[in-house]
Amino acid sequence: MKPKFGVVVFPGSNCDHDAYYALKKKLGYEVTFLWHKDTDLESCDAIILPGGFSYGDYLRTGAIARFSPIMEKVISFAHNGGIVMGICNGFQILLEAGLLPGVMVKNNSLKFVCKDVYLKVENRETIFTGFQNEKQVLKIPVAHGEGNYFADKETLKELQQNNQVVFRYSSAEGVVSEENNPNGSQMNIAGIINKRGNVLGMMPHPERACDPLLGKTDGTLLFQSVAEHMVNV
Amino acid sequence: MKEPEVTLELAQEHGLTEEEFNRIINILGRRPNYTELGIFSVMWSEHCSYKNSIALIKTLPRSGGRLLVGAGEENAGLVDIGDGLAVAFKIESHNHPSAVEPYQGAATGVGGILRDIFTMGARPIASLNSLRFGTLDDARTRFLFDGVVKGIGDYGNCFGVPTVAGEVYFDNSYKGNPLVNAMAVGIVRTDRVASATAKGKGNPVMIVGSSTGRDGIHGATFASEEISEKSESKRPSVQAGDPFTEKLLLEATLEIIKEDLIIGIQDMGAAGISCSTSEMSAKGESGMKIDLSKVPLREKGMSAYEIMLSESQERMLVAVKKGNEARVKEIFDKWDLHCETVGEVTEGGMLEIDYEGSRKATVPAFDLVLGGGAPVYNRQTSEPEYLKATRGYDFSATPRPTDIKAVFEKLFGSPNIASKKWVYEQYDSMVRTNTIVGPGCDSAVIFVKDTNKALAAKTDCNGKYVYLNPKEGAKIAVAESARNIVCSGAVPLAITNCLNFGNPYKPEVYWQFKQAIEGMGEACRFFDTPVTGGNVSFYNESPETSVYPTPVIGMIGLVEDLKDITTSYFKAEGDLVYLLGEDFEEMGGSEYMQLIYQKVTGEAPRMDLAVEKKLQDTLLALIRGGFIRSAHDVSDGGILTAVAECCIMDLEKAVGAEINIPVKTREDFSFFSESQSRVIVSVEASRKEEFEKKLSEAGQPFIQLGKTGGKDLRVNGRYEFNLDNLIDLYYNSISKVMNASI
Repeated sequence: MKPKFGVVVFPGSNCDHDAYYALKKKLGYEVTFLWHKDTDLESCDAIILPGGFSYGDYLRTGAIARFSPIMEKVISFAHNGGIVMGICNGFQILLEAGLLPGVMVKNNSLKFVCKDVYLKVENRETIFTGFQNEKQVLKIPVAHGEGNYFADKETLKELQQNNQVVFRYSSAEGVVSEENNPNGSQMNIAGIINKRGNVLGMMPHPERACDPLLGKTDGTLLFQSVAEHMVNV
Repeated sequence: MKEPEVTLELAQEHGLTEEEFNRIINILGRRPNYTELGIFSVMWSEHCSYKNSIALIKTLPRSGGRLLVGAGEENAGLVDIGDGLAVAFKIESHNHPSAVEPYQGAATGVGGILRDIFTMGARPIASLNSLRFGTLDDARTRFLFDGVVKGIGDYGNCFGVPTVAGEVYFDNSYKGNPLVNAMAVGIVRTDRVASATAKGKGNPVMIVGSSTGRDGIHGATFASEEISEKSESKRPSVQAGDPFTEKLLLEATLEIIKEDLIIGIQDMGAAGISCSTSEMSAKGESGMKIDLSKVPLREKGMSAYEIMLSESQERMLVAVKKGNEARVKEIFDKWDLHCETVGEVTEGGMLEIDYEGSRKATVPAFDLVLGGGAPVYNRQTSEPEYLKATRGYDFSATPRPTDIKAVFEKLFGSPNIASKKWVYEQYDSMVRTNTIVGPGCDSAVIFVKDTNKALAAKTDCNGKYVYLNPKEGAKIAVAESARNIVCSGAVPLAITNCLNFGNPYKPEVYWQFKQAIEGMGEACRFFDTPVTGGNVSFYNESPETSVYPTPVIGMIGLVEDLKDITTSYFKAEGDLVYLLGEDFEEMGGSEYMQLIYQKVTGEAPRMDLAVEKKLQDTLLALIRGGFIRSAHDVSDGGILTAVAECCIMDLEKAVGAEINIPVKTREDFSFFSESQSRVIVSVEASRKEEFEKKLSEAGQPFIQLGKTGGKDLRVNGRYEFNLDNLIDLYYNSISKVMNASI
């Protein structure tokens, strides 16, 4: 079976083409765009909510996109165990849609930040991190103004107990500290999954780290993990 | 609503002279009405008509090379890069709006230049900017700097174009009047280029994108006068940007162009509907009949005058091939954007503007536009007095610094030299996944997908050099841009320029302008990099200061083979470090003299174009031959600054070096001289002989400075600089100032 990815295009998505390019041209997977006004997931095996500024993010990030017609289908797809990956704005939309717990607030610098960061892989037994024996720290860029993850104490405790924290900002050596936190997120959280483990939200952009020409390729590990999982199911 | 009576006084309030007012009466054969006066005043403003600059601009090389579209013919220049692709690029100023409303001023500057690119059918792939502010000890300057950077970031980030390169200078001369120049670069298939024209009687004219409001009325006129205390009241002349709508407009625009539904399209920037209707008509030798009642408005009670002059952003005017209206509408509906037929193309060349059932304006389109009936002036020139003092300045009496190490550290951490990381980390520099070399290097390098090519892009201008010698300074701006492009492994293709000067009615200012144009033209002809277009910004003066004449160059180069891409930082220990070029101990206009001795004086460095060309040709051949591990041009702060940058520019892997800088008369002069046509390169030790032989054969002056290695930069056996310390100085000095206080 050849895994098929679907990349949702919201008005204001701007990493949709990057995700498409990485999956298709760099990894050779089947991939299709899904228009936000449509309601057909076109039998995709995994859905990607890409980065960008859906509806300009003039309200809360992701707050309007969450009501797009396609999102109803994405939500029921996720509830049925379908693989959903929200990147950056996609993560924010997943939070607004209630598929993942917590909220995003403005970066503690109050400024947009774009740079390469290191992610310590905290849970290596997920659909998205099946590369557990290869790498424990990934180099993947961030680019966001509201990536400061916030949740109440109960939620944070639950996330930890259930091993839902997948990525935390760290040094190149894997040391998780305030110094390596680009946005002030609680517990240096960069990416989490839902309890069931089929929905991932992450602020960093793995699709930007898939081309050796651009000097970083760790992003391919995530997509390959998902694809391998889909093939093995 | 009764319209004001049109008198000479009213015309003068609109920025027109008596001569120009009489000229309008001559053209129309009658006195203009209020709406017509408004239209003429914005179209004949300096900003739209280039009336005081176009005669000189036309002396620049505006065709040749790989140019597909000559300067001024379309919204942006177009350069062939092979593979059926072309690059559209242009730079434009948004200085005055940014001086009173930094966030929106800068944001809409970015938005405007992006529209210029995609209105040609090109998808923007990179954004650059060139910024000038006062010094950071001033609170208002910090406010302007912070707001401008945020404005640029928010617009480009949301729109989804990577901001990949730029420059920021701080100097008191820019205090009251910052310079905000935005450049955009796009890629288009050569068979899908759109034109800004309207022709074919009966073809419908549509307005698409945002609705029209009262924002930005007389923005073009505001840009055509000096900044004063009254400028604060012009804040409503500043437009408000909506990058989200612009992103939708981009996608919809590219779709209608791709489907070949249109005759022509033009974005609405300065002078809004007035400008787009008249320029498209004039270009197509047609007229237009427009009913303003059909324009989607965001406010009630707007007059014809206001609608014609509104500079509401994110709008386009489209001349559609008759019969395609429904399909065009369908595409804009898909993107949730307004799309209304507001009129049609006519014969005879008249703009006929109706509103609410009556005729509001009847004006010949040709007479409104640049290249048509808009006035053209040659202003008086006179050499500025200050040059008598600066030219003859003798630096030999400059006291010798007691602690040269401390002096260098001060220089290296000064805002003009230090890394602009605080700025560029606020820009998404990676979206679209083409950024091979991002901000911080000599020039940005952007991959052209589905080819083996990349584009190099760079903006450059040292205003101090231009101030001290406008002609040489402008030559240097071109030469240094080209040098940066070559250092990245690309061949220079063409330039766009943004000419920021003072009031052209002052003969000294006009002399600077004329000299700069001459120098720029000479350099562009020499490097075969024609001028594809750009922008003139006069009146950059405030009650306190007049800016240095600052003709910013935006240059595009082509990396013909991805393997040639070269970066500026040292790669490994044990490589040999060379200086290509020669030093002449030129201290005029140097950062060293300004920072340490508060002197901007002397003669600008000399620019020998033949020497420069040889350096660039030799370097490019060596890069293509695989000799060069790193290449970094020597510029502000001199050779020591350049080598230190080579050591620490790769934050993940700093590489030390041991070098010996030859001293002519004085150590400080040799370390900090800003002589041109110099590049620092590193080369694998095993290739020493072959490399040196190539240089000798080419007749290129060079000297081996030393070699890389260790955790320090060691200079002339006397000075040691710890790399961690240099990194802290270089990367954190601006953020320390900005994070401490806003």
